[in-house]
Amino acid sequence: MITYEFLQQYWWLVISLLAGLLVFLMFVQGANSLIFAVGRTEEEKKLIVNSTGRKWEFTFTTLVTFGGAFFASFPLFYSTSFGGAYWVWMLILVSFVLQAVSYEFQSKPGNIFGSKVYRRFLVFNGIFGPFLIGVAVATFFEGSNFIVNKASMGLLDNNTISHWANASHGLDALLDPWNLIFGFAVMFLARMEGSLYMINNINDKEINSKLRLQLLRDTVPFLILFLAFLAHILVKDGYGVNAAGVVSMVPYKYALNLLHMPVVAVIFLVGVLLVLYGTIRSIISKKYIRGIWSVGIGTTLTVIALFLLAGYNNTAYYPSNTDLQSSLYLGNSCSSYFTLQVMSVVSLLVPFVLAYIIYAWRAIDKRSLTKDELKEDEQLY
Amino acid sequence: MLDTSLIDWSRAQFALTACYHWLFVPLTLGLAVIMGTMETLYVIKKDDFWKRAARFWMKLFGINFAIGVATGIILEFEFGTNWSNYSWFVGDIFGAPLAIEGILAFFMEATFIAVMFFGWNKVSKSFHLTSTWLTGIGATLSAWWILVANAWMQHPVGMAFNPVTVRNEMTDFSAVAFSAAPAMKFLHTVSSGWLTGCVFVIGVSCWFLLKRREQPMAKASIKVAAIIGLFSALFIMFTGDQSGLQMAKNQPMKLASAEGLMDGGKNMPFSVVPGIKIPGMLSVLATHDINGYVPGINDLINGYTDPITGEKHLSADQKMVKGRLALNAFRDFKKYEKTDQAKKDSAQLVLNKNMKYFGYGYIKDKHELMPKSKIVLVYWAFRFMVGIGVFLSLVMVLMLWFGRKDKLENNRWLLYTALYSIPLVWIAGQCGWILTEVGRQPWAIQDLLPLSAAVSGVESSSVVITFFLFLLLFTALLVAELTILLKAIRKGPEPIVESK
Repeated sequence: MITYEFLQQYWWLVISLLAGLLVFLMFVQGANSLIFAVGRTEEEKKLIVNSTGRKWEFTFTTLVTFGGAFFASFPLFYSTSFGGAYWVWMLILVSFVLQAVSYEFQSKPGNIFGSKVYRRFLVFNGIFGPFLIGVAVATFFEGSNFIVNKASMGLLDNNTISHWANASHGLDALLDPWNLIFGFAVMFLARMEGSLYMINNINDKEINSKLRLQLLRDTVPFLILFLAFLAHILVKDGYGVNAAGVVSMVPYKYALNLLHMPVVAVIFLVGVLLVLYGTIRSIISKKYIRGIWSVGIGTTLTVIALFLLAGYNNTAYYPSNTDLQSSLYLGNSCSSYFTLQVMSVVSLLVPFVLAYIIYAWRAIDKRSLTKDELKEDEQLY
Repeated sequence: MLDTSLIDWSRAQFALTACYHWLFVPLTLGLAVIMGTMETLYVIKKDDFWKRAARFWMKLFGINFAIGVATGIILEFEFGTNWSNYSWFVGDIFGAPLAIEGILAFFMEATFIAVMFFGWNKVSKSFHLTSTWLTGIGATLSAWWILVANAWMQHPVGMAFNPVTVRNEMTDFSAVAFSAAPAMKFLHTVSSGWLTGCVFVIGVSCWFLLKRREQPMAKASIKVAAIIGLFSALFIMFTGDQSGLQMAKNQPMKLASAEGLMDGGKNMPFSVVPGIKIPGMLSVLATHDINGYVPGINDLINGYTDPITGEKHLSADQKMVKGRLALNAFRDFKKYEKTDQAKKDSAQLVLNKNMKYFGYGYIKDKHELMPKSKIVLVYWAFRFMVGIGVFLSLVMVLMLWFGRKDKLENNRWLLYTALYSIPLVWIAGQCGWILTEVGRQPWAIQDLLPLSAAVSGVESSSVVITFFLFLLLFTALLVAELTILLKAIRKGPEPIVESK
């Protein structure tokens, strides 16, 4: 018999996996943020845009699926965070909308605004998309300011069950320095992934050497910011939940989670090591072009581990600093047993989906993109 | 007091996003079928003529596709940002189709569209053809799941209210996903998308004929599009008829509004336009029986007894009383949930008995159930949708008729008619959604949750800002898309160049 608790944990793992894949696939955003920094000539800029242009839909789709899966499995998060932190999500949305159209429109005659504007949209999304998503994820550890009262549903007026406790509607997350630190860490990580992806996907010596230098430039701030955030969450108090569903502050909660869940600790460690290995080898060796894979897998594992630290082991994954008892944990925010069960059956198709993505990806990426291909291909951005 | 302008602005924002989204999606669905058919002909006949035609329509598909995706993501997230109560109250049921849409449909679309656009010289012909069809199937599957969600809002089934968690919980997935309502909604909506693509292809092809350019491709495109378009039009009529039956059964107020029918009865006439009626036709449409009974707005507000079945239907006042009983019982349930088992059980009994009317508990004035101002909008939306649909079916027949005799170019009036029909198909699509969505106001979920109890707790000023932000953004992007499309059409199909 599959228990309700098992399904909750399973779905948190699925959400964590989607989050991990999303951060990996944000190499698209990272690469786009470098259009003007790395692409000096028009040809180079075109190479960058056409390289990420063949992958942007994977990132976009993963973001949409992440949202849909969160809605289906933890609807109270969807309701509380999206409805409360209104402005953060709206800014994220706008940046992704601008990105979606910019590829197709930028090189087409009659695009009104000119290709430069669309490329700036890509840069905007490339910087702010990962940064804001990083800030939103950091609130899993830092807490937010909201109140949830489901019983309000019985009132004739003012029956909204969740409220942001101040008028900023989520923008107050930008006032917490640790949220900013993690946001910038994710932004630099996306840029590292972007460089590594292009090293792998673009066959051009000049761009390649510039990318390896850029990789070093982004790795240093990333490591400083990420390690600072890591040290912070390992020493800070966390949000624990007891058997009665009462949330309280627990000293060293996330460090304890790491100790109580050795598998998560191993996933985290392997993830970080893979990121370091792929990055350092790509910086040192000019012939090594597969860094994106070890860094991508490492990123996915690290993010999964961070999500598991935030949600497993009786931890409130979306804590409220305004009212501790309004905090969301797996048990009080998930869908019903029946729905989670139905969704779990659907999730069995995920390996099949991953298989055809890999197959199609390999078919398209048999050869690296070159300047010559840009001249002969009819379908270009 | 709830800020009523918040509800209005939240509705306006959602309507704005949905309307813009539905400008792009039907063309995606329709062009997917056309280009898939043409590429199939290319692979079967091994004739580059069809490849060139398929690539031309594919290019227009690509220009339109991204903006449909962009507006779609906003719609998905707006359920949370603007309707947070809704997201919790029915998220247990509503979230599942959205997640399945992402896992099963979006990834298929996203994966194979890349192969479709960039794989011509990299993968085999059959793999490419499969990718083209899978892109279209992905888009269509995505429509299935979002329409399942929409159909459920119109006719909620397969769930039960749980007062402990304060939400409706799914009890029957097949009732939610595969019952008649979502099936008809899907078939009706998707076939209207196919018709949109066909009208677009025919209109553009007629422009080429008028300009005496690309005549062979234009004629071939007209032939393919007219056959698919006629099939789609017939399908739309059948599924529209079935949707009408369901509307009469599940949302009688929407049907009465669409007819502007104040007082119902048996053998009711259908109003073609004010002053022109077809006797008995409304009864036929609503019940498939010329003597069938159709209630009017007054009947639904004041209560009535169906003269045929003898079934009594409560008045709005009575439903509101029962709704208040349900709300009060829910409050008592929460009050005694942890302190008094007997009082809690008693509250649950009352709640269960009146749960069917739960949403009416939030209604303060029965006139909220169908404000007169909306009747005019719904009435005319229905007529424009049906009228344009009939007109476009005729255009398809004429295209096939004159195309078969190769006399299209001799009938320039027909070419102009088809060209100027392009905006009409979009007007019909928008009218369809106005009928569907405005017609069911004030409900977010029929009889269960009015918009006033579904909205998020943000200030209306925030929503006003995002409304105008999206209005500006969508309009700018629409203008850019249109100018790009027009330039691409003027340029015409590219010659086929095989890569090394």
